[in-house]
Amino acid sequence: MSAVNLSNIVKRFGAVTAVHRMSMEIPDGSFVTLLGPSGCGKTTTLRMIAGLLDPSEGDITIRGKRVNDVPIHKRNLGLVFQNYALFPHKTVAENVAFGLKYRDVSRADMDKKVKSALDLVQLPQVGSRYPRELSGGQQQRIALARAIVIEPDVLLLDEPLSALDANLREDMRVELKRIQHQIGVTTVFVTHDQSEALAMSDRLVVMSNGRVEQVGTPEDVYNTPASEFVARFLGTSNILDARCTGLDQTTARLAVAGIGDVEVPREKTPHLDGEGAAKFVLRAEKLIVVAGDAPTDERVSLEGVVEAVDYQGQAARYFLRSGDVRFQAINMIDERPFGEGQTVSLRFRPRDCAALPEKTR
Amino acid sequence: MGIEARQARQPWILLSPALTAVTLLLFVPLAFIVVYSFWLRTATGADQAGFYLDNWREALGDAFYRDILLSTLRIAAITTVVCALVGYPAAYFIARSRGNKAILLLLLMLPFWISYIIRTMSWINILGVSGALNWLLQTIGFVDEPVQMLYNETTVILGLVHFLLPFMILNVYVALEGIDVSLEDAACSLGSTRWQAFREVTLPLSLPGLAAGGLLCFVLSAGTYITPLVLGGPRDAMFANLVFEAVITQLNWPLGSALSLMLLAILGSLVLIYNHFLGMGQLMKGLG
Repeated sequence: MSAVNLSNIVKRFGAVTAVHRMSMEIPDGSFVTLLGPSGCGKTTTLRMIAGLLDPSEGDITIRGKRVNDVPIHKRNLGLVFQNYALFPHKTVAENVAFGLKYRDVSRADMDKKVKSALDLVQLPQVGSRYPRELSGGQQQRIALARAIVIEPDVLLLDEPLSALDANLREDMRVELKRIQHQIGVTTVFVTHDQSEALAMSDRLVVMSNGRVEQVGTPEDVYNTPASEFVARFLGTSNILDARCTGLDQTTARLAVAGIGDVEVPREKTPHLDGEGAAKFVLRAEKLIVVAGDAPTDERVSLEGVVEAVDYQGQAARYFLRSGDVRFQAINMIDERPFGEGQTVSLRFRPRDCAALPEKTR
Repeated sequence: MGIEARQARQPWILLSPALTAVTLLLFVPLAFIVVYSFWLRTATGADQAGFYLDNWREALGDAFYRDILLSTLRIAAITTVVCALVGYPAAYFIARSRGNKAILLLLLMLPFWISYIIRTMSWINILGVSGALNWLLQTIGFVDEPVQMLYNETTVILGLVHFLLPFMILNVYVALEGIDVSLEDAACSLGSTRWQAFREVTLPLSLPGLAAGGLLCFVLSAGTYITPLVLGGPRDAMFANLVFEAVITQLNWPLGSALSLMLLAILGSLVLIYNHFLGMGQLMKGLG
């Protein structure tokens, strides 16, 4: 049974439609991420699941029960906010115990549950302190403890890491995933950060302008984007105009502007449904820059010039030109990066590429 | 001069105009009043300088003064409670409204553009014998004769609430504005109803604002003499009216000084108690 099911959800604010007819199934125990730029409708969707907003149309079910008319306090959800939303006038233990007061829990059980929740987030010592006495990362853990101590049917996380600084954010990411695994709670996570989304999710829902662009595992979405938006939003891609000239069980033959004919395996082009105009997608890290005089190999090879280099320590981002076409490549640096103006050879394997139909919808 | 020495002096330079004004216009006159309260008014009407405790004995010992002081504090307390009950929901509404917050706040400030005395007197046009309400009651045939509604304790309290409500609303509003709205959402997600969330989270967090508004309402109403003068009857005099009476009517400055210092001591100690528990910061936030 799916933990959460959205069917044909529409949300309008006055004349503006924030979510267009969205349907989505969230399996029990899974970690699902709603990913997209700000204004894409991901937070609106989360708030509708939470019961903080009413959908204009469509049904929301949680564990098979329609909850459209169930108020937030009866939905049994754990909600974690970007700004933590801890109660400043209550101690950490009182914050964590807050939800238990409204459930049938004895005093002794309450203390036990609070203690184990604090243990789970690895802050067993702070129960008697006030939220303002804790660091941002600690506050976020307490907010998480408060949300999971009530054993919610669904855990909803609204950009919970974005207020933390970069190093802490990566630690919390691992921590959050560990806790979610340990208690197995169905989790809906909202973020605009693609690396968070890719690292944490079982399933990604990429959204744009109130519409779902693609649903899939992080690998699916990254390797075989369903739309140009997804290809551009996740990672850095070279997206070139192409024409599909042949499509069979195993390969798609594409005539790519500036490159020529490329045969891409069929499993990399699941969204291509026939011959005609298409987009050719080549990830920047799959385009390898080698010295101009390197011997040819089985890879496709293009002659090019380095126009600019963005040095990043372990890797370099190259801005390249081959004929009239500009490329970006992100390569690990082996010895020294190539310099500006250097003539190089660009290599890629067709099976690392993907292709999209020209118009996705 | 070193840069640190200059920085250390800077606050005093910036404060000096205000400090001069406060000293000359507040502390020096206050010192005069303290001195005056120990003088004696002789039978001839002249003030005799010296150190006499007669005024203080009269002010502290006479049951007449004590009764009026108690009724003043009672009126101030009722006014404060009414302001809190009426003002809190209004402040909550303004703090939680989305688009038209600025207009609502402007409307709240609007009464300050009209003199407090004019605003107080406007009640005569509403509640007076030939006022709007009597006209309405007579027109619909509810009463035959005009009803005397003015000049009692209720109208004094009405006038005070009218005058002080914006102070209460502003203070509570500022406190509510400082509370993150997602706190209530968080409480609801944990299982409390909207009302429980308000009681558990929003109300306790807004108490400092309520206390600041309450202090202002109490102090200002306990110190007023215009409202009872305009809207009260002969028996509704408040403590400040006694000071007015002593100083202006009887020209007994020494007694008036002792009485006013008594009121100052009582209201001042309230402010000190407030300051001890909540600090002046909240009050300043509400006034700014």
